[in-house]
Amino acid sequence: MKQPLLVFNDKGIYCEQANVYIDAWRPVDKCIITHGHADHSRWGHKQYITHKNNVPIIKHRLGEISVTGKDWNETFTINSVTFSLHPAGHIIASSQVRVEYKGEVWVFTGDFKTEDDGLAEVYQPVKCHTFITECTFGLPAFKWTPQEEVFRDINNWWATNKEEGKTSILFGYSLGKAQRLLKHLDTSIGKIYTHGAVENMTEVVRPYYDLPPTTLITRDTSKEEIKGNIVVAPPSAHGSTWIRRFVPYVTASASGWMTFRGARRRRAIDRGFVLSDHADWDGLLSAIDATGCEKIITTHGYTDIFSRYLREELGYDARTEKTQYEEENSETEKKIDNED
Amino acid sequence: MKDFAQLIKKLDSTNKTNEKVSALTAYFQNANDDDKLWTIAILSHRRPKRPVNTTLLRLWATEISGIPLWLFEESYHIVGDLAETIALILPASEEHSKKSLSQFVSEIIELRTLSEEEKKKYLHDNWLALNYFERFVFNKILTGSFRIGVSQKLMTRALSKATGIDEDILAYKLMGDWTPENTTYKKLILEHNEEDYLSKPYPFYLAYAVEDKFQEDLGPISDWSFEHKWDGIRSQVIIRNDEVFVWSRGEELVTDKYPEFQEFLKVIPNGTVLDGEILPFGEGEIGNFNALQTRIGRKNISKALLKKTPVILNAYDILEWEGKDIRQKPFIERRQILDELIQNIDSSEFGIYLSETMNFETWEEAAAERDLSREKRSEGLMLKRKDSPYLVGRKKGDWWKWKIDPFTIDAVLTYAMRGHGRRANLYTDYTFGLWNDGELVTFAKAYSGLTDAEFRQVDAWIKKNTLERFGPVRSVTPHHVFEIGFEGIAESSRHKSGIATRFPRILRWRKDKPIEEANTLSDLKALIPK
Repeated sequence: MKQPLLVFNDKGIYCEQANVYIDAWRPVDKCIITHGHADHSRWGHKQYITHKNNVPIIKHRLGEISVTGKDWNETFTINSVTFSLHPAGHIIASSQVRVEYKGEVWVFTGDFKTEDDGLAEVYQPVKCHTFITECTFGLPAFKWTPQEEVFRDINNWWATNKEEGKTSILFGYSLGKAQRLLKHLDTSIGKIYTHGAVENMTEVVRPYYDLPPTTLITRDTSKEEIKGNIVVAPPSAHGSTWIRRFVPYVTASASGWMTFRGARRRRAIDRGFVLSDHADWDGLLSAIDATGCEKIITTHGYTDIFSRYLREELGYDARTEKTQYEEENSETEKKIDNED
Repeated sequence: MKDFAQLIKKLDSTNKTNEKVSALTAYFQNANDDDKLWTIAILSHRRPKRPVNTTLLRLWATEISGIPLWLFEESYHIVGDLAETIALILPASEEHSKKSLSQFVSEIIELRTLSEEEKKKYLHDNWLALNYFERFVFNKILTGSFRIGVSQKLMTRALSKATGIDEDILAYKLMGDWTPENTTYKKLILEHNEEDYLSKPYPFYLAYAVEDKFQEDLGPISDWSFEHKWDGIRSQVIIRNDEVFVWSRGEELVTDKYPEFQEFLKVIPNGTVLDGEILPFGEGEIGNFNALQTRIGRKNISKALLKKTPVILNAYDILEWEGKDIRQKPFIERRQILDELIQNIDSSEFGIYLSETMNFETWEEAAAERDLSREKRSEGLMLKRKDSPYLVGRKKGDWWKWKIDPFTIDAVLTYAMRGHGRRANLYTDYTFGLWNDGELVTFAKAYSGLTDAEFRQVDAWIKKNTLERFGPVRSVTPHHVFEIGFEGIAESSRHKSGIATRFPRILRWRKDKPIEEANTLSDLKALIPK
């Protein structure tokens, strides 16, 4: 039997022909990285290959590493295998990886979303034979509202809080979600303040992306100064002592998980905005359709349910592979936010 | 419906009691009487009867959504709420309905009489004419209880603010078996009508568990009256107008389940309301709570069952005497009346006993009595302030529970299931096993006792260490040991382990213990009182 182009071993997704890994979860010699979240760009590889805009991001996170930056669609060949990176639309500088060998094409999505968020390079479908896809939100219960509407709600919420003399605190991962929020907050309402983790990451990407001004909260930032303004902070700041200085304040979280009433209630957050950087049910299905693929491998999320649907209802050759990317419903903060 | 949905959304999106009260107050000030009445009814769990069974609801919702039924079921396991799942999987809509809450409810009541085809059409049309949140609220009215963090107490407070009627009086008016179909807002809330009060119970006064070092806070021990606390069904027995009414604490009229209490008419005068505990009572002594389960569950109470599982009322307070509300009298005065009443009745003939009160000189003496609880099959002691009135609801200060420490055993986590409500999509409902011949035998399920952070940790672990999936349930690698506490233990043929435990819950996560050191089934059996 022919060896598959990509296999899943105990270290990551492996291309034997090229001796290259993609988003490996254990240290390897050569690794292609889809994006800067901690579960995809891990520490300890000898050589990293990623999109050029992701280089400063992973350097900020991982320190001095040996890394090569690539452009979108730029091909590079290793032992007759041709690789190229294509926008995944998940967060800034997030890629899909296209792998071609002897006419056979595989694509690994990493994490992706199909909606244009106005910041991350927009997802581009890539034709392939085998499509390796995430399905974090691979259930028909997940249907995103267009982001204009969500941001209208977020800005209205901020304005109302301001009228009531309260500070708005909005939680989102410090890489990706935070910048997307910054980009669409209405600065005619007030000023944007940031938590250190958000500020640091935002500074790293400012040279490549147009973002509004932000003010880092320091020990000297007074309560009066912040009042009525908005604070963007990582979810881990919720319930911390850091947050108490903003009283009176109102909290909100922006995440796909906010679809579920239970998710918001158990975290004791005042308001939940459904805003995700992953594809929703329809997004996943339309992406699959656009690739023209025959085989599908689901890697993380509601993998079993989603691949069963693909098999039984749509007739694809679909299966699940176990990976160590954030499984099913990881509501714990990604490591990246705890580094600061 | 728009206003009601907005109200529910507001209530649902805050954890702050004051904000909930003010949202409800504003609603009660503006809504029309019929909507107010239905809102009160729904928030006090008086829904209209379910007009369509949930199997059909699922089927029709999947038909409209174009997804297979199995996918709906999987989604439901994860969302953890049927009304929410249906609202989510239906095609998105931004419509608002112009119909009022009471109009919707009367249509839902009407729906029961329609044919299946008509029901389907009604649901189809209305689902698509509502936006996501209104659809969710509509489904909630159709299917289940409204659990949105609004207690009856909180609702009563808001209603009091909106109407200017005293909270305790409102609490009393809202008791009993009224439904919006047999009353009106005016009649229920605004008017006073003697007849309506015939079967009405008083709001129960509920005790708190004692706190650390409570002995110092409670003042002189001579202020306190002590009783043993028995594990039964908290009830009020009302004797008025030659009728007996039995109410459970959940405000359920359960008169029919305890036909033996009809005998009270012979010995207790009209105009009497007793507060007490219904206890299983076989062979002249208080039995195990397990015996009561057979009485609670049955629709029809047969003669054989009455004989097999006799019950008594263990009375500990009197709230009404000679037709007068005497809740404001001090506890010891109420007890004097009660003692005199019950002492003149032949307890074994009429099935009514007196909960014995005790006085202690020192806390050491009280503690020594508490230590005898397990032997006497009680759960510990109750402390009641001698000069206290009978209050409404759970109020700190006058009644305390001083329970004995629970039984404990170290068990291994074997299965996990997703929780509901605020724990939806998290694995928080656990099954625990004990060793028996080298195998883990399931002995209890528990879903409380860990902090939210611990639940998240265990949840993440479960997702990475699943052995097999059975719908919403996963079996996991035996690895984690938890200390399980429970209140009672008895042999049971209904359980695989042969043992039933009462109120099992997690006391702590024994991260220090390897599974080999978890307890065995024989360790558990050794705890059964001889």
